Amino acid sequence: MKHGKISSRVLSLTAIAVIGAGLAACGGGASSSTASGANSATTAKGPIKIWYSNNEFEVKWGKDMVASWNAAHPDQQVDAQEIPAGKSSEEVIGAAITAGNAPCLVFNTAPVAVPQFQKQGGLVPLDSFPDGAQYIKDRTGDLANQYKSSDGKTYQLPWKSNPVVLFYNKDVFAKAGLDPEKPKLATQSEFLDTARTLVKSGAVANAVWPSPTSDFYQPWFDFYPFYAANSGGTTLLKDGKSTFDSDQGKQVATMFQTLYKENLASKEAYKGDSFADGKAGMSLAGPWAVAAYKGKVNWGTVPVPGTQAQTDGSTFSDAKNIAMYSSCKNQGTAWEVMKFATSKEQDGKLLSGTGQMPMRKDLATTYADYFNQNPAYKTFADEAARTVEVPNVSNSVQIWQTFRDAWSKSVIFGNQSIDDAFKGASDKINQLAAQK
Amino acid sequence: MSLRSAGGPATGDTAGRTVDQRQAPRKRKNFLGRQPLGLLFSAPYVIFVLAVLAYPLGYAVYISFHQFFFTAPGVQVDRPFVGLDNYISVLSDPEVQRSFANIGVFLIINVPLTVGLSLVLANALNRVTRLKTFFRVSYYVPYVTASVAVVGVWLFLFQQDGLVNSILGPLAPNPSWLTNSWLAMPTVALYVTWKQLGFFILLYLAALQNIPDELYESASVDGGNKWVQFWNITVPGVRSASVLVTLLATITGANLFTEPYLLTGGGGPDGASTSPVFLMYQKGILQGNPDVAAALGVVLVIGVLLIALIQKRLVGGKED
Repeated sequence: MKHGKISSRVLSLTAIAVIGAGLAACGGGASSSTASGANSATTAKGPIKIWYSNNEFEVKWGKDMVASWNAAHPDQQVDAQEIPAGKSSEEVIGAAITAGNAPCLVFNTAPVAVPQFQKQGGLVPLDSFPDGAQYIKDRTGDLANQYKSSDGKTYQLPWKSNPVVLFYNKDVFAKAGLDPEKPKLATQSEFLDTARTLVKSGAVANAVWPSPTSDFYQPWFDFYPFYAANSGGTTLLKDGKSTFDSDQGKQVATMFQTLYKENLASKEAYKGDSFADGKAGMSLAGPWAVAAYKGKVNWGTVPVPGTQAQTDGSTFSDAKNIAMYSSCKNQGTAWEVMKFATSKEQDGKLLSGTGQMPMRKDLATTYADYFNQNPAYKTFADEAARTVEVPNVSNSVQIWQTFRDAWSKSVIFGNQSIDDAFKGASDKINQLAAQK
Repeated sequence: MSLRSAGGPATGDTAGRTVDQRQAPRKRKNFLGRQPLGLLFSAPYVIFVLAVLAYPLGYAVYISFHQFFFTAPGVQVDRPFVGLDNYISVLSDPEVQRSFANIGVFLIINVPLTVGLSLVLANALNRVTRLKTFFRVSYYVPYVTASVAVVGVWLFLFQQDGLVNSILGPLAPNPSWLTNSWLAMPTVALYVTWKQLGFFILLYLAALQNIPDELYESASVDGGNKWVQFWNITVPGVRSASVLVTLLATITGANLFTEPYLLTGGGGPDGASTSPVFLMYQKGILQGNPDVAAALGVVLVIGVLLIALIQKRLVGGKED
């Protein structure tokens, strides 16, 4: 018995010592990188690693792009792979930053995650390259201003957007007695009436089926495109203050609340694509969906409606950008690869291969031949010039989660009035945006 | 009694050294225990526990008392000590309070149901003579199948136009099971009970093998029916297994994450099935606030330990 106690004490002391040593190590902090080291890294050339999306079309484009680069640069080879599997790309990238094994470039960096990666010290400001700021401005124009961080620097190269538009199923519209070639979807009022007709006619179970889950990014595919269209392209925050607790914001919320109340939209999550599976008559999606719906749905598109009919309405960009990560040793090569991958030639290949819109200021004219041959993409090219982005502010994810929770509570499940929910969320978001 | 006193008074240094030299191996033997080789054999597991459990737990406690966020290696940031700020932030957060209430509902349904059903089914399986393996495998399959795969079956059963509502017809709840604030968490609790039942049945089956048949024969001779035998022999006979099942069900239940994440779209409807671990994931991983998430984790660990202690006292009974 005594031996047992002694052994227990020995083990306990050992455990405490190990934990203590661990905590001491935690408190020690890490050494800082020097400015001269950072400067030399931006000019260093050599092999680099990159990650790209696991979208099959982007994988093909990525492989071709890397092969072209590698053939011309034998001393600066690019080792490319898909982003490792995880619940989301942002979690994987965030973990890689912390572990110090992030690749040089990620061709799928979500703008919403950039403030967090920046705070982690995981990103290289692209302004640190002599031609960095000018290259971005020349390629993307004024739209690039949305991607500047609060410190005035640019940590992401605006790469491609997926302007969200309203897809509708022509066959379902015809079945409901609606004109599939000239659908009445110019205003939010018409959208609501059309939704009622679709469901009441029995043509489809749900007029539209936006995901009702609590994920912070879901507002980008229900509230935000309609809000952008309704408010002339106002972002969720302006000058550090929330904007959605307004008439325009509440109009959108009321419209969706009506959809849920009248069972025109389901409150359950759908495992799959409700539009492609014929469970919903309309869907909010970007040009990526064209390939996905091919052969499955006889679809048409219209711009996301505002309260008034308009020809130049805004929408959400659903952009993915390219960012350079601070663990990159050969940043000189990484910057050259960034420019190569966003050259006119490679952007053209991206457009034709994936259908996604390169964020170039003269997109429609630069690739006029492509859009003439593929008129289905013209709507997206037109919208691409009027996209709004998620605000580039600290606590970005927390801000969107706060909004989503208020939306779920009031709009989807009706447990609180829209006025109260939006006021509460607005106040909390203002506080979050003010934090550094 | 020392060797010195047993052998009479020491007469010089030489004698003293001899005694010390004799004592040294015994002290070492005491220090290492009666079976030093045992330490060697247990060392891998001890190291594993220290590295995988103790160190992260200690680190989490450290994080919870500091303003902390993860950074890239080499990035120097201030991580000031903030005392109980993170704990105050956690405990005053209505979402966190609700998540603990949700998990309370879950445990109240899941734990008794798990203990009761697994004991009854294990007892029945123990008496089955035909198709014994088939039944055992049938109960165990959901446990070893990934939640992601099994959840699809439950969605098919419990969604708005699912099988259960089709059978219930006009009696089907509105809103439906998974979008109903009152029914979402109980549905999740039922799902978890069903999924984990196989594992707990196995624990009880093992415990049942330790009950001598003579006890049942004696009870039978004395006129005790099956119920009397079950209540007076089986239940007390598997008490230690009941403690284990209760504790494991509580611990796994308190760590609920995957099921509400998949079944109710991330803790829906409107947070009715949000769990503390889901909030830890949201705050720590998605929102980049590991300090608040760590404080929540520590509160959860303390809560689970307290509940487990109470359960052990209640279920353990006289065995303690």
